This record gives sequence, structure tokens and C-alpha cells, in this order.
Amino acid sequence: MSDNDIVKRADFIFKNENDWEEVLTKSLARTPNELINELISSELKGRGGAGFPTGLKWKLTSELKSDDKFVICNADEGEPGTFKDREILSRVPFKVLTAIALCGYVIGAKQGFIYLRGEYFFLQQELKKAISEFEFFCKEIKYDFKINIFMGSGAYICGEETALFESMEGKRGEPRNKPPYPTAYGYQGKPTVINNVETLAHTFTIFKYGAKRFYDLGVQFSRGTKLFSVSGDTPKPGIYELELGMSLSDFVDDFGDDDTKAVQVGGASGFLVPRKKFSATSIGYEGKLVGISLPTGGSMMLFNSSRSMFNVLDNYLNFFAEESCGQCTPCRVGCQQLLKGIKAVKRGEKPASYLDKLLSLAETMQYTAKCGLGQSVANSFTSIVENFREEMIY
Amino acid sequence: MGKKVKITINGQPVEIDKGTSILDAAKQIGVIIPTLCYHKDLCVAGNCRVCIVEIAGQKRLAPACATPCEEGMDVLTNTHKVRNSRKHIIELLLSEHNADCTSCYKNGNCELQLLASEFKIMNQDFIHLVPFRNYTIDDYSPSIIKDDSKCIRCQRCVRTCAELQSVNALTMAHKGEYAQVTTFFEKSMNDVICTNCGQCVNHCPTGALVEKNYIEEVWAAISDKSKYVVIQTAPAVRVGLGEELGFDPGTRVTGKMVAALKRLGFDAVMDTDFTADLTIMEEGSELLSRLRKALAENDRTIKLPMATSCSPGWIKFIEHLYPEFLDHLSTCKSPQQMFGALVKTYYAKARKLDPERIVSVSVMPCTAKKFEAARPEMHDSGYRDVDYVLTTRELAIMIKQAGIDFTRLEEMHFDRLMGESTGAGVIFGSTGGVMEAALRTAYELVTGREVPFDKLNITPVRGTEGIREARVKIEKPKKEWAFLDGVELKCAVAHGLVNAKYIMDKVKAGKADYHFVEFMACPGGCLGGGGQPIPTNPDIRQRRAIAIYAEDEGMTLRKSHENPEIIKIYNDFLGHPLSEVSHHLLHTKYTPRRL
Amino acid sequence: MKPIAELVKDLADRYGRQRCNLLPILQGVVEQEKYLSEYSMFEIARELDLPVTEVYGTATFYSFLECKKMGKYIIRVCKTITCSMKGERQILMAIQDMLKIKIGETTQDGKFTLLETNCLGFCHKAPAMLINNEVYTELTPEKIREILSSYLHDKIIGGEHVG
Repeated sequence: MSDNDIVKRADFIFKNENDWEEVLTKSLARTPNELINELISSELKGRGGAGFPTGLKWKLTSELKSDDKFVICNADEGEPGTFKDREILSRVPFKVLTAIALCGYVIGAKQGFIYLRGEYFFLQQELKKAISEFEFFCKEIKYDFKINIFMGSGAYICGEETALFESMEGKRGEPRNKPPYPTAYGYQGKPTVINNVETLAHTFTIFKYGAKRFYDLGVQFSRGTKLFSVSGDTPKPGIYELELGMSLSDFVDDFGDDDTKAVQVGGASGFLVPRKKFSATSIGYEGKLVGISLPTGGSMMLFNSSRSMFNVLDNYLNFFAEESCGQCTPCRVGCQQLLKGIKAVKRGEKPASYLDKLLSLAETMQYTAKCGLGQSVANSFTSIVENFREEMIY
Repeated sequence: MGKKVKITINGQPVEIDKGTSILDAAKQIGVIIPTLCYHKDLCVAGNCRVCIVEIAGQKRLAPACATPCEEGMDVLTNTHKVRNSRKHIIELLLSEHNADCTSCYKNGNCELQLLASEFKIMNQDFIHLVPFRNYTIDDYSPSIIKDDSKCIRCQRCVRTCAELQSVNALTMAHKGEYAQVTTFFEKSMNDVICTNCGQCVNHCPTGALVEKNYIEEVWAAISDKSKYVVIQTAPAVRVGLGEELGFDPGTRVTGKMVAALKRLGFDAVMDTDFTADLTIMEEGSELLSRLRKALAENDRTIKLPMATSCSPGWIKFIEHLYPEFLDHLSTCKSPQQMFGALVKTYYAKARKLDPERIVSVSVMPCTAKKFEAARPEMHDSGYRDVDYVLTTRELAIMIKQAGIDFTRLEEMHFDRLMGESTGAGVIFGSTGGVMEAALRTAYELVTGREVPFDKLNITPVRGTEGIREARVKIEKPKKEWAFLDGVELKCAVAHGLVNAKYIMDKVKAGKADYHFVEFMACPGGCLGGGGQPIPTNPDIRQRRAIAIYAEDEGMTLRKSHENPEIIKIYNDFLGHPLSEVSHHLLHTKYTPRRL
Repeated sequence: MKPIAELVKDLADRYGRQRCNLLPILQGVVEQEKYLSEYSMFEIARELDLPVTEVYGTATFYSFLECKKMGKYIIRVCKTITCSMKGERQILMAIQDMLKIKIGETTQDGKFTLLETNCLGFCHKAPAMLINNEVYTELTPEKIREILSSYLHDKIIGGEHVG
């Protein structure tokens, strides 16, 4: 903490007291139900994007009867502007491994996986060493649990839970129909808990300190802290653990400056907030302003006045058009139409009113796309086009 | 018999089995939800998003085909949100589709066209995406044309080729805007393992996959006064053709079909069912000869089970995937090819025609037959035995082009010499039919008695299960067949290549305890063939099957060996089954193929 | 370098021969060969008893499983928004200047292939790029020259590392 800090920092995730063995042993001595209740009371929500209550996820999976169950740590971090999971895995891997093993204990799984994106290949060696040490300790305390790394190969969509399962099963990463949900039908069709790296790191905090310590931070509906990946036009790029519920204007006062034109909250699948709406926006799972839901992964990208919002939107749409799995019509074709559409308006090939047709299309994509990727394109599209319409045209 | 749930659809209460999809529940109360990627034959995909509906309390729309009903669900299929979204989806599909309807082969029978018409997509403001891609048409195969510019990525063809046929010629490749349906390394269909069965064509909703048509070539032959154009008609055509010309599925239109063909201008209209009977004579004798060698003479080189060989999709399948087992195949040609070889020899001679003048055409429920006719070895007459193969669909087109009102035609009979058939010949059109026909003749040949089944209907080999088995015990055979006394003839029937794979894997493992197996590439047998009217589904195929067996029962002669034209051709020309002439004209060799 | 048939067999022995082992095996072949040829896919299909079309369809889904011949060192420059803002263009130009290839091309000597990729997760140290599995961040045209020279002389400078 320094004088320049406006938003309160926290230090649970990266503080390493080398006490994972103690936390693991103590937690294993409690009943699965106790651990579930601890998570539920903490009101921890998924930190990867969807914000599903973690305690409930573990509870639902633990209640199902199956010979095989799995725990999967989603380390396919690919949302533009997000780089926190990489740091967690390189700096405090044992917290994540402990959380995975405890999840296994709670739901009745003997195997855990870390789906690591291919771009993070360089993390593999150290991570494997950590797993080796971890499994050795588990053996010593007579807890039978194995963790394996599964490498991705360059596909953003594999961060979507069902696409991740498909990928692990050796297939194209095409998301599945939901229902059924992963808690009932996940990897290999078995009950699976899939959690983001950061979510698991937070469960470690909660098991170590108890739910109250976590719950007392943050605000209603958005308890606890979150890692924010800050980049772009900012004097303070980096990763910060902050309490949830802050206002965006406080955030910009801390991390931006007078020239900050807009902030992209939640990566390309998140929302662009223009300066005039900073004070009316807060960061959490149910923000005060219409349209701001949870920050997908906590990516915060700041843009100053030199940045063209057209270029920004063009960049996002290119990203989605490429990374879409291509399976469903609204996403596969919709992304192309939005991308080519804004280019056509900019070049004068289509009238400015065509933007309204595109806004309507984006809305349809939100309602009809098969997975979160297609459903979220509208977030940035609508927020950028509505707030910076002139930049789309001139 | 599971739990029931109560839901409402558009305010109307419905009670259905738990787990029923919204789509099926809606059908039960007469609510039609449009679909595109959904097909009764295939697993649910849920990717086109055309069937999306509103569920009260949910912001996002749900795909009706992939969403199971849950207690208390309040489904709305026609709200403003649903209609608007659906229109967008159709517009999006049209934007990535080369909509040259007036020049498209599927004009009039395209599911995308139908949707665009129903939803009156008058304003297509979206940017046309086709020019941004370098699509080329793949028309190197003699059977199937693939036009990627018309593909809507519903993946029906991929699922068909994988689930129904286990051939896996097609896959989705790449992702995002470059996601497309293609083959291994985007090679031509002709250069990968493709059996030409045409099931992909049957299941494709648009004109992305169609058969290669020879309509103009056949018109040219008919118009050429110097040519004598002969046509043969497969058994399955007569129970499918009607669907294209105003009749319900499963209507028998044999007589009208013959009349139409005569009006089209064919010089002779004869019947593949005749050579189906002939196939039974040859193949039945071949089977008995193998049994004699294997059981009586202990000849270890004889391969059992013997497999039927009239389905060219099946033949290419075994040539590619089980080339070490080609010896199991009967050496008999298919009825189409037997006919072709005979028409330019036997028929030409009898009618005093110069075989050079003869153009031999067939109408088949099949696309693989086009490949079969072009096989290099099919020249035993001294000419190409079958010059052109038309599918049932192409014949319907020609009938319409000729201005024939099919429904008002008077029934006519096939021409003589190669136009007479028995019920055993017509049942070739259904899965189990070849087996049944063979048993009717072989059993009688061996025992002197009719098969012990009521009305000669060998029901154990009939039906729709992928693999069916039947055992026929031979008791008190004629003296020359004494070695078969007490032998239980073990037979199996497989339809759909996924079931052929199952049996061949058993053969590979040495666990196929059969003497004789009938293999048909297409689900339902030929009546569900790749050249039959579109759409196809289990119900339509069932009705065509009923028609085939009704046609059989309605015939005077039910056993191949009783066909007088068959008796005549042996007397006058072939001598006896498996004679030298037969071997030359009616039997063939196979080609082991790798990719 | 192992011949492909042997490589595939070893990979299958290590990972298994089920469908769920396909991706690690594809990755293993790409690790050595830098790309998947028709032949290698045939071998994999044979070893795992899978249709070769399925192998192709699965491989082409993943950006890092190239199916065209690649150079020894595959450069992947991030083009997502923050890297784009922080000078990706200059980085590309520096690379193109030095190696004389455009995006998608391979140098004549087969050493380098230049590609673009999406967010690498180093946005706070943009612009960033991968060369094979090494990540290089806070790039400048000077740094590019330094890095690529080290590769040209096969005395590779390391990039971002754990810890």
C-alpha cells in the first residue's frame, strides 16, 4: 500500500507463508460438508467469468453418485487483458494444488487435472515439479489423489467449460449443449467440478482463514477480493488484488489519469465504460449500472484519448471471428457480419443507420448463441457502438 | 415408461415423458418448430439455432431440439423475440450461402429456401460473405458433387458419414470464420475413402451435396435416332418414385413408372428385378458350391461367411477398409451390372441389334451405382456395360420436364426378355430381401421343399434392427446335398455401413459364426438409398418397406428359379449357373484400395 | 530425430491409445516436426485406430497444431488489443525487415516462420511474442534484432521464465 493507492489493496493470494501442508492436513480432518458450508458462507463466486457460486458447485457435484468424478482447474486463461492465472500458477502453485485436492476430497474425486493453455508451456516444468512434491506429500498423509497437466494447443474457446472437456477428450473444442451441466455431466460424461485458477486460490484462503475473513471484504453480492489484470494506457500495469465493489472512477483515479477515455472491464467479452459513466459504475457481480455484470476474469484495459474506439472494436471482433469454434450460426456468421459491418460503415459503403441493424444482430447473438463466447460479443459491441457512435462513422 | 412432466407450450398444457425434447413435445400437440440441423436419423447437434424458443423466466432463448422438458416449463414458440431472432438466424445463413436458387439443383427442395420463404426474408441487408472465400466445386467423383459455397455447416453430413456409415469421409475442420465441412486435407471426395453411398446427399438440407446427374446425357441418347436406348429399373425405385410426383411415401407406382419411361422415349423398358432373380441363381449356386467345398471336402481355402456383393457402397467400403477379406465376397456382379453385360450380348443377339447402337441406362435408388458403372472391369460385354445411371430423383425430373402427368398414367408392363421377375427379385429393394430371396431358392434346391415359412415370408430376416440373424436348419436334403443334413445355415443381415463394420470386425477377429451375410450400405437397404427422394427418415423408409413386401406378395411367382425368362436365358444362352459364359459376363473381381 | 512412425508409437506408449490421448500425441509430433504432415496423421490414425479424417478435423481446430510445413523457429507475434496499442506494428516491421518474410511465410533457409497470434497473457509487458515455446515481452525493434540474432546463431536468449 502506498499513498497513491485509492482502491484498497489486499494480499491473500500472493502472500506465501509456505503453510499449504498444514492447511491441507487440517482441512482433510474436517468433513466434506463442513468444507462446503465454509465455501457457501463465504459467498465466493467463480473468478473466471461466469461467477457461479463455488460452494454450490462443489455441493451439487458431491451429491451425485458416480464411480468416477473429476476436478479440473481451468488454466486456459485467454481473455484479452487477463494474465493473473499465470502469476498464481508460477508464484503460489501449492495453493492451487491444495485446493484441487480438497475439492476432490469434498466431491469424491480421485483425480484432478490442470488444463494449461499451450501458450503457457514454459510453466510446465516448474509446475510438474510442484505436483511431484505435492503428490509425494499426499502419499505421506495417506491421501490418494493424482494431479495431471493437460496442455492446450492454442484455442481461446477451450476456456469454456464444456469445450474444455471436449478438448480433453481428444476432440475439437466445440461447446456442448447445456443442460446437462458439468456438475452432472462433465469430463468423460462424469460429474466434474471445473474451477478457474483464481477461484481455487481463493478457496485456499477461505479454508485457511475461515469464511468470515473473506466475506467481510467486498460488498453485498460481491464478497471478497479479486485479482485485477491492469494494462493499456496506465502508469501502473500489473496485477492487483483488490476488494470487489469499488467504483470505476476510484479505480481510474488510482490506475488511470485525466486522459483516460474509457476502460474495458472484463476483456473483449466485457464492457467498455466511457469516462462519463465511470462514477456510475462499480465493479462486482451485480453492479449498480445497467449492463455491468461481473468482470470476466478481472481484465481492466485503459484507453487514453489517442485511442480509436473503432480500432478497439475492430480488434475485438477480429479476435472473436477467429477464436469462435464456428459451430453455431449466430456466432460464426454473426461475428463476421459485425466485423465487416463496422468496416463498411466506416468506409461509407453502408449508411450510419446500418449500425442499428448490427446492434439488433448483436442482441440476437446474445440470446441465441450456443455458448458464452457468442453470447458475450454484444457486451463490447453494444457498449462501444452506443458510447462512441461517432467514432464508428467518421 | 418413465416419469412424466407437465409443461405448457403457448399456454397449452402438455404431459410428456421426462427428458422429451421441447421439439418433440411440441409435435405432440401440433406445434411445429422449424429446424435445420436436427434430423431424426442422427444425434442432436443443436448448432443451427433455428429451433430456438422462449422459456418464460429465461433471458436467453433455448434450442428446442436440445432442451429437455422440465416440470413446470412455460414454453413460448412464437413471441416477437423468437420470430425476430429466428429471422436473424436465417438471414445470417443466407449471407454465408451462395443463393443462386434458380440455377441450383436443389431448387424447390431446399430446407433453407423453405425457411427463407416461410419467414419472408425480403430484406437481406447483411453483407454477402461468399465472395470473400475461394470456394471451388468438387465434382471429380462420378457420384457426388460437393459445393462448399452452399454449406450451412449444419454438420448433418458429418454425423451421417460418422454415425450411420462409420466411413468418416467428412469432418468439420478449422474454426471460426474458416470452419467448414471437408475431407482429409481438403482433398476431392474422389480421392479419400468415400463409398459413394450418397447418404450425405440424402441428409443435406441444401444443395451443398448433390448427386452428379446425367439427365442431359440420357436425353441426348434418347433423341439420337441411331441409338437404341434400353433402361432397367431397380426394385426400390418403384416404391420411392411416387414421392417426387404427388404420391404419399410407400405408394407402389410400378405400372405408372413403366408407362412414364415409355413416354420418355426409351426403346426398351426392362427390369433389374430380372437380373436380381438371376443373381439369386448364380449366388445361390456359388454359396452351395462354397459350402460343399468347405463342409464336405474340408477345403480350408474357402472363405466363410460369404458376403453378398450387390451393394456398390458396401463393395467400396470393404475394398478400402477390409481389403484382406475380399475373398469373402460373392464373385457375382450386382443385378445392375449383370443386366448391363447381358443387354449388349444376350439381348442384342436376340433382338438382332448391333451392340454398338445400344445405350444401356439404369434408374437406381443409389448414387454408388454411378461409380459402379464406371469401374474399369465392367466392360465384359465388349463395351461399357452400363452407360448411364440415373437416380430416382433424376428420373422424376425427366418425367416433369417431359410434361407427363404421372398421376394419370395408365399402368403398363415391362418389355419381354429381361423384364419378367418374381417376388424374390423385388424384395432386393429392402434390407433382408437378398437373404430372403436366396433362401427361398437355395433351400428348395437342396431339399426339394419350400422354405418352412408361412406364405414364403421369412420374417426373421425382415425388420429394421441394424443386424439381424436367422438360422435355417437343413433336414432331409436331396441325395447330392447329403453333406448338409442337419446343418444349421447361419445367416445374418446388416444394413447401414456402421453395422457392416461391426460384422467385419467380428470376421477380422475370427468370431463371425455365419455362413452367409447380406450387406447393404444404406439404412433400410436400397429403399433408403442415396438416390431416393429427399427427405429420408425412419417412418418414410418403413412405408417403402411395407410397399416392397406387398409388391412381393402380390406377385404370382415368388421364387427366382421359377422365373420363365430366367429358365429361358439359361437354356438359350448361359447354360447353367457358374458356367463359363456366366463367369465371363456375370462374375467379377474386386480391387483392394488404400487411401 | 526419431522417424515419425517410431515417434508416434513412443508417444502412444507414453500417453495411451484412447481418443482422449489424441491431443498430447499430436502435440508430441508437432514438438519434434513443427507440423503435422499427411503421413504423420496416417500413423497417428493407425496407432489409435481412429479415422484419419477425425485426426485432421481435430488437429486443424487448434492454432498451434500446424498442418503446413513450418520453419525451425515459429515466431508468433501477439496482435490483440494491448499489444496492438503498444507497438505490434513496429515489431512486425522489424521482423519483416530482418528476415525478409511476410506473415504466414517461412525464410528460405527454413529457419523462421512468422505468424500472428492472439493474447499471450503478458498485456502489462506488451508487446509480446512467442518463438516456439519461449515468451519474449516488452519488445522493441532493438530487442527484436538482438533476439533474432541469437536464434540465427543458435545461441538462444531465454525469455520470460517462471519466478
